[in-house]
Amino acid sequence: MAYKIISSQCTACSACEPECPNVAIYEKDGTFVINPKKCTECIGYFDDAQCVAVCPVDNTCVIDTSYPRYQAA
Amino acid sequence: MLEQNQTAPLEEVMQQIAEHKGCGTSSEGGKASCGSSSAPEDMAPEVWEKVKNHPCYSEEAHHHYARMHVAVAPACNIQCNYCNRKYDCANESRPGVVSEKLTPEQASKKVLAVASTIPQMTVLGIAGPGDPLANPEKTFKTFELIYKAAPDIKLCLSTNGLALPDHVETIKSFNVDHVTITINMVDPEVGQHIYPWIFWKHKRVTGIEAARILTERQMLGLEMLTAAGILCKVNSVMIPGINDKHLVEVNRAVKSRGAFLHNIMPLISAPEHGTVFGLNGQRGPTAQELKALQDSCEGEMNMMRHCRQCRADAVGLLGEDRSAEFTTEKIMEMDVQYDIEKRRAYQEIVEQDRQEKVAAKNAELLELEEEYSEVKILVAVATKGSGRINEHFGHAQEFQIYEVGTGGSKFVGHRRVDLYCQGGYGEEDTLPTVIRAINDCVAVFVAKIGGCPKDELKAAGIDPVDKYAHEFIEQSAVRYFKEYLGRIKSGEIVHVDRGDADIRQGAYIAA
Ligand code: SF4
Ligand code: SF4
Repeated sequence: MAYKIISSQCTACSACEPECPNVAIYEKDGTFVINPKKCTECIGYFDDAQCVAVCPVDNTCVIDTSYPRYQAA
Repeated sequence: MLEQNQTAPLEEVMQQIAEHKGCGTSSEGGKASCGSSSAPEDMAPEVWEKVKNHPCYSEEAHHHYARMHVAVAPACNIQCNYCNRKYDCANESRPGVVSEKLTPEQASKKVLAVASTIPQMTVLGIAGPGDPLANPEKTFKTFELIYKAAPDIKLCLSTNGLALPDHVETIKSFNVDHVTITINMVDPEVGQHIYPWIFWKHKRVTGIEAARILTERQMLGLEMLTAAGILCKVNSVMIPGINDKHLVEVNRAVKSRGAFLHNIMPLISAPEHGTVFGLNGQRGPTAQELKALQDSCEGEMNMMRHCRQCRADAVGLLGEDRSAEFTTEKIMEMDVQYDIEKRRAYQEIVEQDRQEKVAAKNAELLELEEEYSEVKILVAVATKGSGRINEHFGHAQEFQIYEVGTGGSKFVGHRRVDLYCQGGYGEEDTLPTVIRAINDCVAVFVAKIGGCPKDELKAAGIDPVDKYAHEFIEQSAVRYFKEYLGRIKSGEIVHVDRGDADIRQGAYIAA
C-alpha cells in the first residue's frame, strides 16, 4: 500500500513535501499529492510515515487501500 | 506613485504610510515615554540605537516607519491549540483568510516594489503562516535576494524556536536584524495544554515530552542568539487559566537569557476559528487583565504594548490594507526601480517631523513639572498614524490608548473595533461595541465626530474631544490632563476609576 493525501483537506502547507524520504510528494493543482509508485510507507527509512506525522490536519495523509502492501526489497 | 509622494505635503503622505499593523513597544516605567529620543533606562545604548527607528519595537517609530511581511514559509513543525492551520491566521478578524503564498523570487520583488512606492517601508519580516525555520531554504533564499538588492532594508523573522538552534549561524550571516520567538511557557506542565504535538527528529511527539523539548530548544536558541549578538524579542500569547500567571516566570526566564523585549499578546479565540481553544470555549483576556499582566512584568523588562496582531501579509495603513495594489500578478508586471537615495531623502523629512513632535510634548510637560498627583487617566485616540489625532471617530478601526499622569504620557495599547461607520453613517448597533471597547477611558480624541455618537459617548461618561484635531497625540494628552486636574481641583468633576473594557480583537500572527 501507499499513502495518499485527501486533497479536500490538504491546506497546501507543504510541510510533508521535504520530509518524504522518497521524494514522492509534489504539488499539483493547489494541493499536495503522493506518487504511489514512489511511496514506500517510509519503510526502510523511518518508524512512522513522515507525511502523517508532520501533517497539521489529522486524517489527511492516509493509507490508500487500492494498492498492495509495500514489500521491502 | 513615488513622484506623488515626493511632492505631497507631509501630512498627506504620512497617511499613506503602510503603517504596519504589527507589534512594538512602549518604553518602561512611564518615565521616558514613547516620544523620547533617549534610551529607556534598562536598555543598552547599542540596542536602542538598533531599535529606535524600528516600527515593531518603538511605538513612536511606529508612527513613521513601516514594515511588511511576506508569506513564503507555510509549513510548520509544531501544532498550537490557538492555531487552525487551514487559515494563515487563527485569529484573523475575517475568519478564513488565507494569505497568498509567494515564492522567494516573488516575495523579493514584492518587497522592492512596496519599498519603492512607500519610502517608510524599512523592515521586512518573515513570519507566519508556518514557521520560517521549518522552511529554511525558502526563508533564507528570500533574505538573500533582498539583502543583495536592498541592503538598507532590515530583515527580521519570527519563529516558534524548535529549529532555531540549527540556524543561528545562517541568521547571523544574512545580517538579520532581530528574531522573534514565540514563547508561551517555560514549564512543560503548562506547555502540554498549549501544544498538542511537535514534529521532532522524524517523529510526532506529544504531551509533556513535546513541551519539554520545545522549551529546551527555545531557551537554547535564545541563548545562542544573545551570544551571537542578534537582538531577540519574545512574544507570548496570554491564555487565561492556562499560562496567564505563568507568564511572569516566562518574563524572568527570557530576560535573564538576554531577550530585550517581551510582547504579551491576548489570546483571540472564537468557535468559528476552528481552533482547539476556539472550540472548547477558552476565552481570551480582557483589556484590563492584559494591562495588569503587562504592568506586573514591566519592572522586569521593557514590555511591548502596541502589537496589533496583524495578518501576516498585510501591507497597509491603520484601517486600510494596500495589499490589493501589490498582488503577485501586478508585481510581476511592475518594473521596479529601487532607489536608495530617494528613500533616504524621504526619511530625513520624517526625522524632522519626529523631532518636532518630541519637542512639542516636552514643552507641554515642563509646565506639569511642579505638579504631582496620584491621578492617572486613559484616553483613546483615533489616528491614522504619524503621531497625530487625524482620524474621524466613525472611521476608526482601532483606538490607541494612552495613559497620562503627572509623570507624562505613554502608549499602553490598542483597542480594535469594528468599523463603526461603514460607508454610510452610524450603524446603530456598532456604537455600543466601540463604547465597550474604550469604556475605561476618560476621553476619546478624534479629528471629527458626529452629533449623535457624541451624545452617546457623553452618556457613557466618555468625553468626546475634537478640539485637538490634527495635533500631536502626546502633547494633546498632556494638555488635556492638565485641564482635567484643573477641573478636579475646582470641584467641577470627581475622578473615579473606570471599569473594565472589552476588546474586540483583530488578527494575529501565527508564529
Ligand atoms: S508515507 Fe513516507 S514515503 Fe510515503 S509519501 Fe508519506 S513520507 Fe513519503
Ligand atoms: S502536510 Fe498535510 S496539509 Fe500540508 S501539504 Fe502535506 S498533506 Fe497538505
